[in-house]
Amino acid sequence: MSNITVNSLVKKFGAVTAVDGISFSVEPGEVFGFLGPNGAGKSTTISILCTLLGPTSGDASVGGFDCVRDADAVRRSIGIIFQDPTLDNGLTAYENLLFHAYLYGMDRAKAKKRIEDALELVGLSARKNELVRKFSGGMKRRLEIARGILNYPRVLFMDEPTIGLDPQTRNMIWEFIRELKKNTGITVFMTTHYLEEAEFCDRIAIIDLGKIIASGTPSELKAGLNGDTLNLSAMDPKGLDAEIRGKFGMDPKITDGGITLTVKQGDEILPALIKGLSTKITSVSMTRPTLNDVFLSLTGKNIREENGDPYGPMRSYARKNHGGH
Amino acid sequence: MANLAHETKAIYVISYRELRKFIRERSRILGTMARPILWLFVVGGGMSRLVRPVGGVNYIQFIFPGMIGMTILFASIFSAISIVWDREFGFLKEILVAPISRLSVVVGKAMAGTSISMLQVLILLIFVPVLGIRINVPQFLLLFLSSGMLAFSLTCFGILVASRMSSYEGFNIIMNFLVMPMFFLSGAMYPVKLMPPVLRDMAYANPLTYGVDGLKNILLAGASGTTMGPEYPAITDFIVVAGFLVVTAVLANLSFRRAA
Ligand SMILES: Nc1ncnc2c1ncn2[C@@H]1O[C@H](COP(=O)(O)OP(=O)(O)OP(=O)(O)O)[C@@H](O)[C@H]1O
Ligand SMILES: [Mg+2]
Repeated sequence: MSNITVNSLVKKFGAVTAVDGISFSVEPGEVFGFLGPNGAGKSTTISILCTLLGPTSGDASVGGFDCVRDADAVRRSIGIIFQDPTLDNGLTAYENLLFHAYLYGMDRAKAKKRIEDALELVGLSARKNELVRKFSGGMKRRLEIARGILNYPRVLFMDEPTIGLDPQTRNMIWEFIRELKKNTGITVFMTTHYLEEAEFCDRIAIIDLGKIIASGTPSELKAGLNGDTLNLSAMDPKGLDAEIRGKFGMDPKITDGGITLTVKQGDEILPALIKGLSTKITSVSMTRPTLNDVFLSLTGKNIREENGDPYGPMRSYARKNHGGH
Repeated sequence: MANLAHETKAIYVISYRELRKFIRERSRILGTMARPILWLFVVGGGMSRLVRPVGGVNYIQFIFPGMIGMTILFASIFSAISIVWDREFGFLKEILVAPISRLSVVVGKAMAGTSISMLQVLILLIFVPVLGIRINVPQFLLLFLSSGMLAFSLTCFGILVASRMSSYEGFNIIMNFLVMPMFFLSGAMYPVKLMPPVLRDMAYANPLTYGVDGLKNILLAGASGTTMGPEYPAITDFIVVAGFLVVTAVLANLSFRRAA
């Protein structure tokens, strides 16, 4: 049975259709990613799944419980890391976690043990009695992650978990998610507009303007494109072109000082090509398609060019994160 | 409500959080305590020289119940407004997504406002002997109970207002057009029966008037029947405050549920 099931889900805010009839399911133990530009409807979908918003139509269930009719059961089985910060800056790290533990009905002993473990896991044990106000953005994010897993959720929602963080912290968080998945079999639903991040997911759905426009494993999606690009330089580009056409029946393009070719499974073709050619080749390179290429081919635009300011959300995160409380 | 123990724990931790933060912020305690103490001694002390004692009660003693009322009013409303802060800083989501009922959230917030108010009332009560007011233990308990009822109802009233505010910008409007008029038209500074008719009618419609009068019934019992004394029988005060409490508690819950 699927851990998350969504059927023809629609959410309208007045005239704006934020989520426009999406359907998907996430299997237990999967890391499922929502990839899409700003305003695509990612956070709105998460809000519906975690029972903060009611859908306009369609249905959604998490852990076998309906998100509207059985909201309380859904709430008990999930953990969430929201896109925008939701810590109390006026409390210490420990107090923030204790608050959470009690909201989820843990007793003092159990709460204490889990909090110590969670703080250890995100490397904040030494700072547990400091006010969150004094934490850096990355420390706050790690604390939110610790809080999200405190109740041992079956499904963990993470809305842009690594936005605004430096590469080390991002890697740390990814390492952490992998460990968590390996050790607990938790199901993870995450959103991102970092393409590199989407590659870590077992399966992704690409969402734009409230609609899912493609889904599958990252390699399946990329395989749907024409393939890898091979660049071969040679002293005699024309000769190379002719030889490739003759021997391999391919259709290269002549470029400045070489040829370029688009093929599926470039990694297998490239060695065969080099072995079979007699024209002298001076250098080779291969580029694999990225998820941005997938997005580009589906929508005709780059995922990051949205609003002309790819760092907008990052700035807004940093701003909110450093505000007082 | 699936599990009473769980909901109780949630109510406890929601109020604990506010109290913890209140006690941590020394400047906030000083700020909120400075107001009634300043009024008491600067306004009360000054006016005592102009206004003759009536029925054995001087002006500074006369406004003492009003100062308790003011402390409760400000502390309760301010505490309830924290809901708006919580929404603005995202923390409200952490609460709303937890497996607890909306009722527990409101009760937790109401308990928080009540406790913070009562803490300040206790500090103010240090001045009872200083001002030469005599009360016995049962009167003290009664005073505590009346203050608690008033604090709880005013916090619920604050939650009702806060759940309808979408941003913190409305705060000044609430302060100037709701809280200050409620204070001035409550008989805290001036006997209601001596007010000009229009203001007097407004004071009659103000629940805080009855809260303050209830306190006067305990603290200024000796001056009953004079201008400085309580204006209504204690039972009237009790019934009005209790009614206000029930109405605000119900409305706060309905309003918060709808807004959340
Ligand atoms: N509470 C709301 N009221 C009105 N419109 C809303 C509300 N929440 C979201 N929207 C609109 O719904 C659309 C989708 O927003 P959503 O936050 O789900 O996007 P997103 O994919 O999470 O984007 P981002 O990458 O910027 O976080 C946007 O057009 C947004 O303006
Ligand atoms: Mg979002």
